[in-house]
This record gives sequence, C-alpha cells and structure tokens, in this order.
Amino acid sequence: MGISRLLNHLLLTFLLLCPGISLAQVEDSQAQQMLTALGESSFAEKIKAVNQIAGSGDERARGWLEAFASNKLAYIESTGQFVIVLKNRGRNWTVENALTGENLGEISRRDIDTLRVNNALRNELASILSVIDLKSPDEDNRLSAARALKGSVDGTLAERLPELIEAEESKPVQAALTEALAIYKVKEQGDIAAVAMLSGSLNSEARAALQQAMRSDDTALVAAATRAMASIEQKLKLNSAVETLYFGLSLGSVLVLAAIGLAITFGVMGVINMAHGELIMLGAYTTWGMQQLLPGQPGLALILSIPAGFLVSALAGIAIERSVIQHLKGRPLETLLATFGVSLILQQLVRTLISPLNRTVITPDWMSGSLMINEALSLTLNRLYVIGFALVVFAGLMLIMRKTRLGLEVRAVTQNRAMARSMGIKATRVDILTFALGSGVAGLAGVALSQITNVGPNLGQSYIIDSFMVVVFGGVGNLWGTLLAGMALGTLNQLLEPWAGAVLAKIMVLVFIILFIQKRPRGLFPQKGRAAEG
Amino acid sequence: MGINKNVKLGLSALAVSISLSISLNSVAAEDPIKVGILHSLSGTMAISESTLKDTMLMLIEKQNAAGGVLGRQLEPVVVDPASNWPLFAEKARELLAKEKVDVIFGNWTSVSRKSVLPVIEELNGLLFYPVQYEGEESSENVFYTGAAPNQQAIPAVDYLMNDIGVERWVLAGTDYVYPRTTNKILETYLKDKGVAAEDIMINYTPFGHSNWQTIVSDIKAFGSAGKKTAVVSTINGDANVPFYRELGNQGIDAADIPVVAFSVGEQELSGIDTAPLVGHLAAWNYFMSVDSDANYDFIDAWTEYTDNEDAVTNDPMEAHYIGFNMYVEAVKKAGTTDVDAVKDAIIGVAVPNLTGGYATMMPNHHITKPVLIGEIQDNGQFSVVWETASTVAGDAWSDFLPGSKDLISDWRKPMFCGNFNVVTGTCGGQAKAAE
Repeated sequence: MGISRLLNHLLLTFLLLCPGISLAQVEDSQAQQMLTALGESSFAEKIKAVNQIAGSGDERARGWLEAFASNKLAYIESTGQFVIVLKNRGRNWTVENALTGENLGEISRRDIDTLRVNNALRNELASILSVIDLKSPDEDNRLSAARALKGSVDGTLAERLPELIEAEESKPVQAALTEALAIYKVKEQGDIAAVAMLSGSLNSEARAALQQAMRSDDTALVAAATRAMASIEQKLKLNSAVETLYFGLSLGSVLVLAAIGLAITFGVMGVINMAHGELIMLGAYTTWGMQQLLPGQPGLALILSIPAGFLVSALAGIAIERSVIQHLKGRPLETLLATFGVSLILQQLVRTLISPLNRTVITPDWMSGSLMINEALSLTLNRLYVIGFALVVFAGLMLIMRKTRLGLEVRAVTQNRAMARSMGIKATRVDILTFALGSGVAGLAGVALSQITNVGPNLGQSYIIDSFMVVVFGGVGNLWGTLLAGMALGTLNQLLEPWAGAVLAKIMVLVFIILFIQKRPRGLFPQKGRAAEG
Repeated sequence: MGINKNVKLGLSALAVSISLSISLNSVAAEDPIKVGILHSLSGTMAISESTLKDTMLMLIEKQNAAGGVLGRQLEPVVVDPASNWPLFAEKARELLAKEKVDVIFGNWTSVSRKSVLPVIEELNGLLFYPVQYEGEESSENVFYTGAAPNQQAIPAVDYLMNDIGVERWVLAGTDYVYPRTTNKILETYLKDKGVAAEDIMINYTPFGHSNWQTIVSDIKAFGSAGKKTAVVSTINGDANVPFYRELGNQGIDAADIPVVAFSVGEQELSGIDTAPLVGHLAAWNYFMSVDSDANYDFIDAWTEYTDNEDAVTNDPMEAHYIGFNMYVEAVKKAGTTDVDAVKDAIIGVAVPNLTGGYATMMPNHHITKPVLIGEIQDNGQFSVVWETASTVAGDAWSDFLPGSKDLISDWRKPMFCGNFNVVTGTCGGQAKAAE
C-alpha cells in the first residue's frame, strides 16, 4: 500500500495545485495501455493503474474511473477494444467505445469481459473522485465530497485543507471540511484544540477519533476527549430515543394500514375474513401491474395505483362477499373456514397466473434514501411516506363513517339490522358497500406495503395475524381503537426488540395481548350500549 | 388325427403367443427411467423451488434428445409437496412405493430433507439434494450436491478476515436449524481465530421478517466502534428484500459494513432494485456471471427453455445440473438403475461443473466445489472478487463443533458408515451394519 499512498499524495497535490488546468486527451496507445493496466489480476496493481489514470489529466479519465467503479468498464475479447457498458442486462449488452465514445450497439455477453473491481478499490476511487469533486461548481457535489472526506484525510490533503476552507463560500461545506480536518488532527496529532471542535459532533469517524484519543498517554488530551465524548453520548441518547419512537410509529402505521380495512369488515360488520391478507396482496400486485403498464415512470405509476389498488381489491371484495360470505351470515366458524379457502385460492391463482417469484416494484427516487436530521439520525423516506399515508387513509375513513350517508347507514345496520331495514335502508346493499370499502382499504395497504416489503404470493399471510391482533386489541368496531392499538403495539415491539431480539419481542407482545384480553375482553375501546351486547 | 392336428395347432399358437409375450416383456424392460421431482410448486417455498423443477425438466428433455441413458428414455414424475414438511415425506413415499421412481431430485429446506430422510432410507431410494445446508448429516441414500459449511461459510469468513481485515462480526440469521447450526460453527471458528466475544453480535429473526429498522440501526451502532465490521447473513428467503432495502435506506454502504450472504442469489436479487446494494457480498459455488462456455451454454438453454430473456440462473440450479449428470454417468457406469449398484458406482464419478472445472462425488456423498465470493452489481448479478485456488471437498461433519469433529463419513466398503468416530473407532449407529 505504501506506493499507492505515495502516488495518491502526488495525485492529490497535482489535483489541488492546478485548479485551472486545461484537460487534454492522451494518445490512444497510451490510453489503451493505461486501461489494460486496470485489468491486472492483483488489486494492488489495479490501484496503481487507477492513480496513473487519475493523474494523466485526460478529460475522459473521470468517465473511465466512474465506469470502472460501477463495473461498467470492459473490453471485447476478440478485438481487445475497451468499451463502456451502457446496458448490462440480458444476453446482449449495449456498449460504446471507451476511447472515442462511439456507440458500438449490441454485443454478445460472451464476448465482453468486465474489468473487476472490489470494495477496497471502490473506496479508493471514491476518495479520488471526491477530491476532484471538491472543485465542482455544484454545492451539493462539494458537500457530499466534503462529508466523504471525514476520516479519509491524509497528510498532503490536510496541508491544503485550511486554504480550501478559506476559499469555500458555502457554510455547510466549510463546516464539513473543518470537521474533516479536526478529525485528522485528533487522530494523527492528538491536537487538544481540535478535540474541542469535535465536541458534540455526531459523526462516527469523529467518535472513533475521540476514542483513539482517550487511549493516549497524554492526560490532558484524555480528559478533553472524555469530556467531548460525554457530550456526544448525551446527544446520541436523545437521538436514539427519537429514532426508536420513529421506528415504532412506522411499524405501527404499517399495522394500522393492514388492520384498518379489517376494522371495517370484521370490526363493523363482524365478518371474520381470512382472505383479508390476500386483498392486501392484490393491492400490491396492482402497483406492480401499473409499473409494468407505465415503464420508466415508477412515481406516476405508484400514485395511479392508489385509486387502482382500491378498485381492484374492492371488486375482489364484492366478489367474495357475493359468492361466499352472504351465504354464511351469522355462522362465524364456517365463514372463517370458507374465507381461509378463498385466501389459499387467491394465493395459488397469483402463483399460477403471474409467477411464484416475487415481483420487483420500483421505489421512485423521491421515496428512497433518507431524510438526514443530523449525522446520527436520519428518517427513512419510504417509512415517512407510509406514516403519512396511513394517517390520511385513517382520516378519510373517519370522514366516510361519520359524515356521509353511507357511514350513517353502515352504523345503523350494524347496530340494529332489523330496525334499519324497517327504516328503509337496503341492508344487503349496505353490506356490499361496507365490505367493498374494507377490501378497498386493504388494497390501499397493499400499495403502501409494496414499497417496504416483498411483493409476492405470500405477502398477505404475513399480515393477517397482525391485523386481527390490532383490531382485537383496539376494540372491535372502533376505528380510533385500531389506530391507537396499531401505534402502541408497533412502538412496544420496537422498544422490546433491541434487548429481547425480534423473535422474543414478538412473543412478548403476543403474551401481553393475551393478558390484556383476559382483563379487558373487549379491547382498549369497547363498544358501549345495547349494540355491543348483540 | 383331427384332434391331434388341432392340439398341434393350439400348441404352436401357444408357442407363438409365448414368444410374443416374451418379446413384449423385453420391450417392457426398456421402459423409461423414472425421475421423481420433489419440489414445492405452491406455498411459501414455491418461490425458490419451482425453478428447480423446471431446471430438472429441461435437463431431462435434453438428455432424452441426446438418446436417453442406456438406450432408455427418462420420464419425469412431478409431485407438489406444497411447502408442507410432513407432506414431503408422504410425497416421497408415493414416488418410491407407487410410482417406483429410480431416483428423486428434490427438497430445499433442511426441515423438509429431514422429513423425507426416514422414508428414503426405509424404501432404499436415491435423493439428490441441491441446496447449501448446515452439514452434520450423511445418509447412505442421499447425495448432497449443495455446499456444506466448509464450502461456503468458512471460506467467506476467511476472505473477510484476511482480505478485508474485518475484526467485528454480526451473525444475523433467520431462526431455524440452518442459520443456528452455521452460526454455531462460525462462532467457534471465530473464537478459535482469536476474536473476542464482545466483537461478535448474534441476531435471529423470524421467517419472513419485514421490519428491519431496529436491527439495521443496531448493526450500524455496532459497526461504529472504530473496528472494521461485517455482517454474515444467513437470513433466508423473502426476509432479505426488506433487509437490504432498509440497509440501503439507512445509508449503510458496502464500503463501511459489508454484508456477506449465504442465501441470497441471483433469483432473490431479481426481486429488488440492486443499485443501493452494490458491493455487498455473497458466497456461493456458482454465479450466473461466471465467464465459462459451459455456463453460457447453460444460460442460453435456460432462457430458451423458459422463453424469458431475463431468466436468471443460480447456485442450486447448478447443483442439480451436476447431480443429474453424475446420476447419468453413474447409471452408465453401473449399466443398470438398480439403487445399490448406482450408489456404489457414483462414488468417484467426476462431471464438468458450470464454472469451468470438475465436480467429483466423494465417499461421504458430498461433492467437490470451488468457492466463489461475488459482489452485487447494479444489474442484479455478482462480480467474482475472490475464489479458492482449487475445489474444496464437502465435509459432512464440521471440524468446529465439539460433538462432530471426530466423525467422518465414508460410504465405501468396508467402512460403509455415515458417522464413523475416528477416536473410538466405532460407527455411531446411523449406518446399517455392513452386509
């Protein structure tokens, strides 16, 4: 590694000292030779070749290195020509000439040999590219480059950094560079002034540097580092509490989404629908289908899937209600068995018609990644959207049940069927609509779940038990109960998980519910009045 | 005389009919070799196993087109054990007792294998098992064409320790027999290598676990102690997709904390967007991206057979490819499909694998395999970053578990024992007494 470090230093100096260098192209033969060196079998040799390319000043170097880092730089076995792979799926790959950029069309994969790269090399490439990026005119690029430098600053760069910090206009970039420099100083020089600068930093590299300082022989340094660490740990504790709460709410919102449709069909109508999970699955498959119909627009497809998923599951729900459930009114055991059968049929139908394999549902860009609050706390975006979506669905359902004629009729029919019918309400029609509503909401849950879990034939099975658990715990027939129960169980589970493990946490939650139901058989929010007795 | 003549006529007619029926019988002796396929086509395991059924059908079709074996055609008998472990045993019995198959290719999960094992042994059948497993088993009637722990887990840990410099280990797995046994072996192995107990974190999750937030955040915290950390994952099946998704979303980069998986192959990756996973690792004995002509031919045949340009191949498919060809060679060598003759003939049989080398059936009914470590790429494929210099022979009994380190398995006579204790010099009961 010694040589590569040295080369790296030379390169950094070169890159930093010549800001306005005009980039040129090297001779084709030299380029060919440099790229051939990347194909060396040993990764140490490859690092040398990388540095040579980066140091060549060739305007194509960045493109080559980027392609190399992402396994896209290759050569054609028969001609020895270097190419950049544009499409690497299927049996024929699309490539372009690495030297001229000329598109060479499709070439059989048998003929293409990609130059191999591994994690260590990718790391090295990333730090080289980030040094280049420090000069980028785009602030975001500079910021991510500066963040990437934390912990990977070396002597040469450290000498240049004060100047760069001085010249930097953007405050966040400046702060990141300053911290990167401070980490270097603490780690390599045991600088007490730098220790103070790291106090309160949430970066893990900063913590590692402080821990190293705490092991040093210099008592003043150890004391300063210990103080800095204490302040960091205080902050970390707060952050981890917020994080656990967020995890709990996000698991809770998934539970609420899965259960809220059931809260209507089981809670309000009293139908034990074991095929509820498969209605969720249908919603998820609708999302997949939409994305197949609208290739290249996963975001739009996802948004369109919200009404589509609702419709598909609602129609499936109506079919189940008409064909099975209405004939078994008032016979819960038979309903349970029949709908369990329906759930198996639906699963196998999907397996036979679509595929037993999981389907890929693409997460749109605006939903992937995370929202960084600080360096120790970031909220994953897909979960954040799911929490929001769950609340919106809940509010929507509340509105329907409280403010619309349908809601009124549903409540009337559930409270006293005979009386409602004699008032002129068509009970059968209300049954169909209620079941369709509950099923449709299950479809919505499926659309949301497609973003966080597998879309496959078994999707529904994993949520059916949880759904019943939430509805029963919350109190049958009470939507608020479902919301609170879901959130409470989610949070409880996430609180238990770190010290009990996932398996035990789940068991403990179940035991808790069993005990709770012993004490309060009607759940958190029991229905009151005469309706509850019937 | 008239009567006599009639008798003569009758006798000759009888003779003709007898000779006819004899020749009919000899035709009947040429009836097809029956190949039982015992893979779930419905239920939770259909996701993995239905592909293996198609692989077997393709291999049989190709073999028949090439003239079959010993001049006999092969006939597949497909049954569906529906991911139901007791049903596996019933279906195996049906295949052996009712359909009278000559050989069975099947099973995925260890629990399903354990369920059919007594049936296969009782009815003296042949089973080729194509999936990597926890070891600690050797049966006279089973051929293990997937990896034993020393052909996957141990080399992968060696790679992380020696080439990546990993010092802190997270052993994460699904809560059942394969991850528990593998992690027990790995824990002992790591401690033998001088890793401190506080540098090992072990975590189990239920089947199909989908809420990985806390665990991933724990791993992140565990990995920020200043020592290079890696996750060794025996997480099975469906649970992997949300796990990797959470890793990506929480920004755990392969460069910081690499995850090496033993149950994630091309097929599992075909269900996710792999861009955030680039650089995470998997250890197998075959990757679809391996650059060999045998592999390209196999992929071409598979895409044609499935009529799907994007169809992927994976390690257990290669295991069936090897197992099937070994069976064919063994039948040719023995000149019969008689189970005992094939069992004897197959030991030592070597057939080409798909990575450009050869696989040999060892006396312990495990095979030799190269070990490959690949990094995930953005197209759902793996790029090989490390491989063993030569093939590794599968070890039925781990050298790192106290109960089994003295055991060896050798199904050649005169030893003929699946769990021979080299210290006490006795065979531990599982094997039948040598005839």
